[in-house]
Amino acid sequence: MRDMLAVIGLGILLLLGWQVIVWVGDYPQFVLPGPLVVAGRWWRAIADGTLQPHVVTTLTEVLLGLIVGVTTGFVTGFLLARSAAAERLLSPYIVAAQATPILALAPLIALWFGSGILSKVLICALICYFPMAIATTVGLRSVDPGLMELGRSLRATRRQLITTIEVPAAAPQIMGGVKVAVTLATVGAIVAEWVGGDRGLGVLINLARGGLFDTPLLFATLLTIALLGVTLYLIVVLAERRLVGARA
Amino acid sequence: MDDITLRGIGRSFALAGRRLVALEAIDLDVPAGGIVAIVGPSGSGKSTLLRLIAGLLPADSGTVEVGGRPVSGPDPRIGLVFQEPRLMPWRTALDNVCYPLELMGRPRSERETRARELMVLMGLDGFETALPAQLSGGMAQRVALARTLSLDPRVLLLDEPFGALDALTRDRLDVELLGLRERLDATIVVVTHSIPEAVFLADRVVVLSQRPGRIVADVRVDLARRRAWGAIDEAASSRAAHAVRAALESHVAGVPPVPPPPARVAGEAG
Repeated sequence: MRDMLAVIGLGILLLLGWQVIVWVGDYPQFVLPGPLVVAGRWWRAIADGTLQPHVVTTLTEVLLGLIVGVTTGFVTGFLLARSAAAERLLSPYIVAAQATPILALAPLIALWFGSGILSKVLICALICYFPMAIATTVGLRSVDPGLMELGRSLRATRRQLITTIEVPAAAPQIMGGVKVAVTLATVGAIVAEWVGGDRGLGVLINLARGGLFDTPLLFATLLTIALLGVTLYLIVVLAERRLVGARA
Repeated sequence: MDDITLRGIGRSFALAGRRLVALEAIDLDVPAGGIVAIVGPSGSGKSTLLRLIAGLLPADSGTVEVGGRPVSGPDPRIGLVFQEPRLMPWRTALDNVCYPLELMGRPRSERETRARELMVLMGLDGFETALPAQLSGGMAQRVALARTLSLDPRVLLLDEPFGALDALTRDRLDVELLGLRERLDATIVVVTHSIPEAVFLADRVVVLSQRPGRIVADVRVDLARRRAWGAIDEAASSRAAHAVRAALESHVAGVPPVPPPPARVAGEAG
């Protein structure tokens, strides 16, 4: 609760600082609108229904991309943890894919998979994939071998070893991977929408900046994206508390 | 009747391209309801021997039988307790005790009833919802013992079970283990580093040599079944301890010389 108050307090302080800069600098609104102007624009964008369809589109892309990226990343991490040979064979390619900027890959993916939701989901998934695979590998590699021996001595099946020992033991690292993935997925969706799309918060940024020259709307969109990211992150944190719980 | 029978057990490991013979020509019989302690220097294959009996490791040669039937893999008749408690840190004490029955697919109510009984037996009532991190070393090892007992094993194998605990806790758990043996009627093999502990717990102490591990002595302990620290036949226990120490010394390089046999002194006093 105290933490919460401190977070809100810092937020108010930042907003005040922002307003002071605008007052002192006396910038034109299309360069730097003040927080009050942005808040007003934000409210209007919600009231006239501009914002909502974009939020729904982006959220759908993020969630689908997360599901695909987290699942494939988890499976890859699992295979890499299982087999040193697989890790030696695959990890150079996985790292190379991650090292290639998503901004450079996105146009290709849009070219191949069209400007519909599929290319967005793929870009989101691609950006989530790597942190998830690494987190899963690291987590599974750090499982206490003593627990595995215990499981074997109790005649646990392979499946039981995975579900009752390996995954729960690696849960803290795996959830760490999901946390990274959830924030990256939002970035992936925006990048994907820039490359090609007719709806979504990334598209709205382009519209506000380019055609409309509406900088307050641009700021309102940025804040919406940030809020979306924070909300998704908090949901993962709550899930983590339930799944991982108190351990040490 | 013998409950555990080992015949001609041998086992070697590959290490850095070389073959290390861990155990060689081990013959051992443990009668039903008996307690045998295995002592030996580090690297003598004590833990390997226990894992061979437990079916966790296959033997290169020889046979392991429990209750007249060969052991060919992890076996529900055999319960194993490790030096570390090996509790799952994300499960409560009760859920850790439930784990073996859970693996066997027993219904929740059944396994919880059984686990609660065992926790009472081990003096753990009130700690059902505690997490392993909140338990002392002794408590955690009691939980591990309760977990092993949940399957009613006829053979209990203990690998330096109390070796990581402080001396006081260790002594108390040794006494509790003997009490438990009377109630459970299990056959027990315990590996230990401590000669006094081996003598206190066991009917027989088996001494392994340095690698390759071979049985170099099998010392009878002439003590009453019911034992308590400070109330045991000092003479008999000293005699046994001395015999074990002598066997260790004659087969192990680098063991300090055996002091004058305390057995004789104690024997004269008694």
